[in-house]
Amino acid sequence: MEVIFTLVKVIVAFVIMLQMVLVLLWVERKGSALIQDRVGANRANIFGGLLPFNLGIVNTFMADPLKGFHKEDIVPADADKFLHWLAPIVGIIPLFLTFAVVPFGDVLILGDYTINLQAAETGVGILLILAMVSMGVYGVVLGGWASNSRYSMLGGVRGTAQMISYEVSMGLAIVAVVLTYGTLDMQEIARAQGELMWGVIPAWGVFYQPLALVILFIAGMAESKRAPFDLPEAESELVAGFYTEYSGSKQLVFMMADFVEIAIVAALVTTFFFGGWQVPYLYQDGFQFPGGWQVYVPSLLVTLMQIVAFLLKLFFFCWVQILVRWSLPRVRYDQLMDLGWKRLLPLGLANVVITAILILALQGFTV
Amino acid sequence: MVLFWILAVLTIAGALTTVLHRNPVYSALALVFTLFQVAIIFLALDAFLVAFLQVIVYAGAIVVLFLFVIMLLAVEPEEPLAGQLPLRISAGILCLLLVIELATLSTLPGISNMAEPMPEGFGQTAAVARQLFSAYMLPFELTSVLLLVAVVGAVVMARRKAS
Repeated sequence: MEVIFTLVKVIVAFVIMLQMVLVLLWVERKGSALIQDRVGANRANIFGGLLPFNLGIVNTFMADPLKGFHKEDIVPADADKFLHWLAPIVGIIPLFLTFAVVPFGDVLILGDYTINLQAAETGVGILLILAMVSMGVYGVVLGGWASNSRYSMLGGVRGTAQMISYEVSMGLAIVAVVLTYGTLDMQEIARAQGELMWGVIPAWGVFYQPLALVILFIAGMAESKRAPFDLPEAESELVAGFYTEYSGSKQLVFMMADFVEIAIVAALVTTFFFGGWQVPYLYQDGFQFPGGWQVYVPSLLVTLMQIVAFLLKLFFFCWVQILVRWSLPRVRYDQLMDLGWKRLLPLGLANVVITAILILALQGFTV
Repeated sequence: MVLFWILAVLTIAGALTTVLHRNPVYSALALVFTLFQVAIIFLALDAFLVAFLQVIVYAGAIVVLFLFVIMLLAVEPEEPLAGQLPLRISAGILCLLLVIELATLSTLPGISNMAEPMPEGFGQTAAVARQLFSAYMLPFELTSVLLLVAVVGAVVMARRKAS
């Protein structure tokens, strides 16, 4: 039974992420059109008018990937064929693994079974995310090198430097969160945010670690290599940067990796700072509003509401990232490095030290 | 046990590729592969913390820097140099000695009797941290000073070249 539950959880976590990629693809195209006062993608009609109704956004969901997978796969003559093939794969597989440790609900109670809604319960889930995100850089390095093109190479070098730089700030922001909650398990962190401050305000991470939120969000956006930090693929300078020489399904995989990174950043922000799956005042046996007012909610409905709350928060922070991407111009390279090393890194360090001192002070300096 | 042998073979294959491949980029990638296999061996031993740290630090940061340097310098696949034979032979003899030494060590009573169960929480974050910040406090802090010296040295050398 346990094995089946784990299998279902893994599939659900995987499907949530794949779904995010498809929805984000559509949101990116339609959202950018909305921002730029255009109509956007509206000519997708897959069955050529055979259906009596238009499938709407489902068309766009399917049309873009289907088109990509049918394009010719072109490999440059001087490319390293094997690494050219390997780069998109090593770029995306580690990112797919991250959602295994993101909790998408508290517990699902089915008869005698209590299922923890987190695919992999390792106890050190945050480290797994950091490890896998840092592995994602190999896709950029290899894509840039194996294409044997100047544009790809420049994009690859830029991408590597950028991702290594911002990983440090990202890690420091996460260290402050880990210090606050005293655990490396994302489910534990989400649970801890169910408590109330002064009996009214939900004890979400954003109230404890506002600075870490800002650092994590900026560093996360830089990790995902999107505007205003899209120097590795800067269209106006490098054609498409490290994936200039990619076409068809391989290029599609690189784009997917971008969207998965957006989803990962949104998942981290949601879980660390906005309560993860928590709905304010909702507990396993229903709502308990401050002032003693209670509403009973059946357990299954509670779990459903938590999952919906998690997905809504996830979508919201994905949308914020897309909004930023289409609103801000690209930064210069020196500005990028200045922001990473001279602003975010010292701020992150200070945040960690202050957090540690405060925690010690609250414990009365007893070790 | 089956898992261990599969992992061991893959690890050694990766390590051999690292050393033997002519193209430095492939060598670096084989190194990443090897480090990953070692991390999975740690996972199989329930040492989650060490496994993930292995990936974050070595595979995720250090080898990326190797690749970065290889790319920047545009290192070409290595051609075998003439007159390396004595070096190769002596390296081979040293490696053979190391293998013999390790094989002898592993038969010593203190090491071959390691099958007893590990203490509760072994390899978990809290246990590692407690050891690191009590028994190994001084070496740990000294290591960070060493790293700081390296960073300062790098900055000094970069500055000198610029001026």
